[in-house]
Amino acid sequence: MINLHINGESLSVPVSDDTPLLWVLRDVLGLTGTKFGCGIAQCGACTVHLDGKPIRSCVTPVGSIGNGAITTIEAIGTTTPGRKIQQAWLNLEVIQCGYCQSGQIMSATALLAGKPDPTDADIDAAMAGNICRCGTYHRIRAAIKKAAHS
Amino acid sequence: MTANTTRREFLRAGALAGGTVLLGFHLPVAARAAKTNSATGDAFAPNAFIRIDKQGTVTLIIPQVEMGQGIYTGLSMILAEELDAGWDKVRVEHAPPNEKLYANPIFFIQATGGSTSVRAFWKPLRIAGASARALLVAAAAQRWGVGAEACRTADGTVTHAPSGRSLPYAVLVEEASRLTLPNPPSLKDHSNFTLIGKPLKRLDTPDKVNGKAIYGIDAMPAGVKFAALSICPVFGGKVGHVDDTAARKLAGVRQIVVLDDYVAVVADHTWAAKQGLAALEIQWDEGPHAHLDTEQVWHELRAAGEESGVVAKTTGDVAKGLGTGVRLNAAYELPFLAHAQMEPLNCTVHVKPDSCEVWVGSQILARAQSVAATASGLPVEKVTVHNHLIGGGFGRRLEVDMVERAVRIAKQVDGPVKVTWSREEDIQHDVYRPVYRNVMSASVADGKVVGWSHRIVGSSVIARWLPPAFQKGIDIDAVDSAVDIPYDFPNLQVEYRRAEPPGVPTGFWRGVGPNSNVFAIESFMDELAHQAGKDPVAFRREQLTNTPRLQAAIDLAASKAGWGQPLPPRTGLGICAQTSFGSYIATVAEVAVTDLGVVRVKRIVTAVDSGIVVNPDSVIAQLQGGLIFGLTAALFGEVTLKNGRVEQSNFHNYRVLRINEIPPIEVHLIPSTEPPGGIGETGTTAAPPAVGNAIYAATGVRLRRLPIDPKLLVKS
Repeated sequence: MINLHINGESLSVPVSDDTPLLWVLRDVLGLTGTKFGCGIAQCGACTVHLDGKPIRSCVTPVGSIGNGAITTIEAIGTTTPGRKIQQAWLNLEVIQCGYCQSGQIMSATALLAGKPDPTDADIDAAMAGNICRCGTYHRIRAAIKKAAHS
Repeated sequence: MTANTTRREFLRAGALAGGTVLLGFHLPVAARAAKTNSATGDAFAPNAFIRIDKQGTVTLIIPQVEMGQGIYTGLSMILAEELDAGWDKVRVEHAPPNEKLYANPIFFIQATGGSTSVRAFWKPLRIAGASARALLVAAAAQRWGVGAEACRTADGTVTHAPSGRSLPYAVLVEEASRLTLPNPPSLKDHSNFTLIGKPLKRLDTPDKVNGKAIYGIDAMPAGVKFAALSICPVFGGKVGHVDDTAARKLAGVRQIVVLDDYVAVVADHTWAAKQGLAALEIQWDEGPHAHLDTEQVWHELRAAGEESGVVAKTTGDVAKGLGTGVRLNAAYELPFLAHAQMEPLNCTVHVKPDSCEVWVGSQILARAQSVAATASGLPVEKVTVHNHLIGGGFGRRLEVDMVERAVRIAKQVDGPVKVTWSREEDIQHDVYRPVYRNVMSASVADGKVVGWSHRIVGSSVIARWLPPAFQKGIDIDAVDSAVDIPYDFPNLQVEYRRAEPPGVPTGFWRGVGPNSNVFAIESFMDELAHQAGKDPVAFRREQLTNTPRLQAAIDLAASKAGWGQPLPPRTGLGICAQTSFGSYIATVAEVAVTDLGVVRVKRIVTAVDSGIVVNPDSVIAQLQGGLIFGLTAALFGEVTLKNGRVEQSNFHNYRVLRINEIPPIEVHLIPSTEPPGGIGETGTTAAPPAVGNAIYAATGVRLRRLPIDPKLLVKS
């Protein structure tokens, strides 16, 4: 059994400690908002927060998390930067297929939480790990700036 | 997989030939109204696309699948426009598999692809909306004892202005359900559109910011187990021997399923399944392609290109034309490409003795149902397919191999099983964009092309995917944008030489046939312009006297891009002009090339006339995304083979553009009252030739092959 703190709840899950957080979230807990994209931390679709910092859940063994607090896309709207990012995403109609956008929103929220007025270079640095195959990048950049000034 | 083929399918698909979609199909919508109109009175459902309940909720049943292109919103806008439904009352429901009701009027199968959705459903859905509206008006007029022509509709309400009376549609549901439409309804004049042309917010996006949207990979039927699979790494190979001793001992592993060319491990969660798969010792029988490599594929393709093909189009006397003026020969080549859609392939299936239930996101729903029936051994009516949002299609989900493989696993599993492909399996067992070779020859006299020969050499996706449409040796998709080239060439010949690559499955990929043809034509036009000493923009424009809409797009793109203004060293502008998918689009790329050959795309400006625009914001989004998709292909895209295996495996070695690598993109829409053109793929076809031509302008190096090879661009 592994004890985890996810979206404000404490849970015990019957998995080995080498199991990546991604599969615990999706398959064991049914939190399917976090997406599988590559399995090797190349695409960012699985991004969640560990104590507010973005991590790739596909390469994060649950045994390494300890008492850290996990936040997923399902709960990010309860934070102020998360809510602003979600609203900016809708206002600027960022999303196309949407599959990568949970991860994009988690990365963007972490950026905004740490840097309330990010530059283009900050956005590149924070978001380059999140691939979008539909090509929504221009709008992602614009929406982060809009959220920063909202 | 084979399509159920009928003559009607051929007729529909045949209408695609020449890139001009002929909307000459019959419209079953109005005719069906009387038959399917709900007689229960609970809801007004005058046709397969509309249902209005007594609470006033307007449910629109959308026949095309949502994969990011905004089609739920776009098609809803068309229906709601003619229905005069209040936009805030509209709800979207996805159509179930049913080819009789929901076939794409261009393909005549239930398929979403080829940038056809708005083009195909523009008229049927307007008629569907207008028919329903006419019945609601008739119901109100009957109740009031007034003439229908004196009634008006807006925002889900019928009004009789002379008497000042009005009724919401919800109240008229029961009476309208009993009526039939005596005459075809009249459609709105464009000037009266209230929704079409507005950048309305998309209906599918709110649930995509909070994790609530459910894609195929998120389906969780009660008691579901999770499977990972491994397919023979060599195309055409089989499973030899499997030792599962170690895998069976792993916690969470429930079952090993061995099939002809793949093995699956079923477990309590996907990680356990992956661990189980890794613990298997599989010996593959690699089969006849065990030594296949990329060089062999190209060797065979180039040899085929030396042979003449089937003539797909002839104008004038091409031999005479080519014998006049200054002749140029060139060949353009494009590699295999994987789709690399963000949502890896997956399918969830529950096979019971007398039924089969499938959860999947598919671009081709009825075919998914059909293949599930065949694979499960059940009649098609025993197969239920739950369609889901698609996390990227790009043509990959026009195939149903992931459904067939999952059903065959599920047949051996007690209860539902979700089969998720690893990214590596997804890339290495794709259905690839074919390799193409375009053998070009042209003559120019007095600044104009007087002879043009284009031989297209490549795999026929149509022959496999829609066999009735493959007629007389011509793949109508492979020659699309070549046989209907917009230029005023007096003497022209287009040939198609089918050449199937050994072992490698090929399929549709965003931009389809025009990807290859537009790259070849627009690169070659650039070469011809430079050889003739003409400006590339002027050279094109002067040979488009029959296509003023494309001329206008060229003028706008060139002007906005600052065509002709001085640029720094090793910086250049390149243009691409095309009429693919029923739209007129001109694109200018600005490129800087470093001394080491690194290409920086600095800006892209595109001007598009795609007829009436339903939702301008969606069109702009599709062009932005389509151009980035094409840039990725131009800069990075190539799948290679060694020892019968695909060498690329994941995003580290099959690169796609990231946010720090994209240029600014300007999209300019040209107002039009012509019928809508397709838009989802135009940007993808435009980017590679525009960038290639800009590289030539910057460096003087002509690239005739994709992806761009920086080694060829090192400053000498």
